[in-house]
Amino acid sequence: MGVRRRSGSFILQVNPILCDGFGHCGELAPELVTMDEWGYPIITAEPTPYNDARVHESARYAERGCPRQALRIRRVSD
Amino acid sequence: MQRNALPRLMHAASTRPLSLAQHEEVFATTQRPASLIDELDASGLTGRGGAGFPTAIKARLIREQRGHKFVVVNAMEGEPASHKDQTMLSTHPQLVLDGAEYLASIIGAKDVAVCVARDNPTIVNHMERAIHERSRRSLRGPKLELHTPPWRYVAGEESALVHWLDDNESLPQFRVSRPHVLRIGHAPVLVDNAETCANVGLIGRFGAEWYRGLGTSKSPGSALVSVTGAVRHPIVLEVSLGTPLREILASAEADTNPQAVLLGGYGGSWLAGEHLDLGYCNEELGLHGVVTGAGVIVVLPRNACGVVETWRVVRWMANESARQCGPCAFGLPALGEDLKHLSTASRDPLGAFKRLEERLGEIDGRGACRHPDGVVRFVRSALSVFEHDFNNHAHAHACAASRATTHYASVPHLEREEELVWE
Repeated sequence: MGVRRRSGSFILQVNPILCDGFGHCGELAPELVTMDEWGYPIITAEPTPYNDARVHESARYAERGCPRQALRIRRVSD
Repeated sequence: MQRNALPRLMHAASTRPLSLAQHEEVFATTQRPASLIDELDASGLTGRGGAGFPTAIKARLIREQRGHKFVVVNAMEGEPASHKDQTMLSTHPQLVLDGAEYLASIIGAKDVAVCVARDNPTIVNHMERAIHERSRRSLRGPKLELHTPPWRYVAGEESALVHWLDDNESLPQFRVSRPHVLRIGHAPVLVDNAETCANVGLIGRFGAEWYRGLGTSKSPGSALVSVTGAVRHPIVLEVSLGTPLREILASAEADTNPQAVLLGGYGGSWLAGEHLDLGYCNEELGLHGVVTGAGVIVVLPRNACGVVETWRVVRWMANESARQCGPCAFGLPALGEDLKHLSTASRDPLGAFKRLEERLGEIDGRGACRHPDGVVRFVRSALSVFEHDFNNHAHAHACAASRATTHYASVPHLEREEELVWE
């Protein structure tokens, strides 16, 4: 109700050149992001369906919360 | 030119580069193919710079783009063990330029940028002269220009090279997805290795039918290989693709009973010495996870230590990182540290061994370019080929060979970070 259902799936993608390892994404989207020993994000390569609203919301928080604007949500065709 | 015989790329090669007049005489032909792109398709030529991507597909991708375009001839030769591009340019610079002009006419480019590392003034001279000769002959055809970026390992990576031409910085760029069209300003760019261009030059003159006279059906033609390590002299050979490795080593006067050979380059893989009967082409080497890459063969004799050789290469590769991406800037030196502890078998080598294996999985595929991936592949292949040695080193039994002072995989002088030149 009031929730827009979207088909397809997305991945969260980091531009490693922009990324400076602030680590906000790991806090904001723990479902998708783990940290390596140097504090840079390891993002799952597995596409997430847009239907999974909770994870999609976390991904959007991570995208907006990145101080270096290094994250993008990208639709993948499947 | 005969169809089934070598040499092709090294035909009539001498110690001096051929002049334009000599070149036209040596590679004289009467039957020129009608459609270059179709010939290129039919020839099955793959890129000789390392990735081995089909040249025709790459050219078609840029051909579909509109507007002003560039062809970039990549003769940066970042691999320390590779000498093929400089050999190509110091024997047949005009053949390389031929190929570049054919590619320019295929994609509709008005500009050709030839890129040679400024650290090699002889080659820069040869190229200047070759381009001058062409420009004197006619005003038709694309405009040729020589560019001399600094020599760095990653400066020859195509996005770094285009970045340098665009903005004077030899740093790789981030690409959202591949294939990706690189641009100088707004103009799409086709980047091809110098040896690839020379092959295109041959195809443009003699056609695909002729080109397929050598090599295998999946890897047609001939290729240049740089053989170093346990050889009498470091040498660049032209071989028909599919030639057994043992034959290549024999004609290079190398150790024909080596412990292992490093193929592809410093981002390539080790191959154990018992697989020398494999043909030198991607379809056969691929069965062992190895590719021909940039045409490098480093021969490692039985009395050398694979662990130490691997460490030395990784240490240098870590230093050559552009330090743009965290996983590469921090990960590669960390791999180097682990390998150092393993090489010297001191300071908890077993811990280092376990850490090394974990870190390999963490770094793979996380940089903007393939530099970290290449190092990971290289270390992984070392772990499987030198498994026995790594185990011994990890249990603090360093082999006698690891204390030797002769090394086979040559690495240039390690520069300090502040000395590295990127522009």
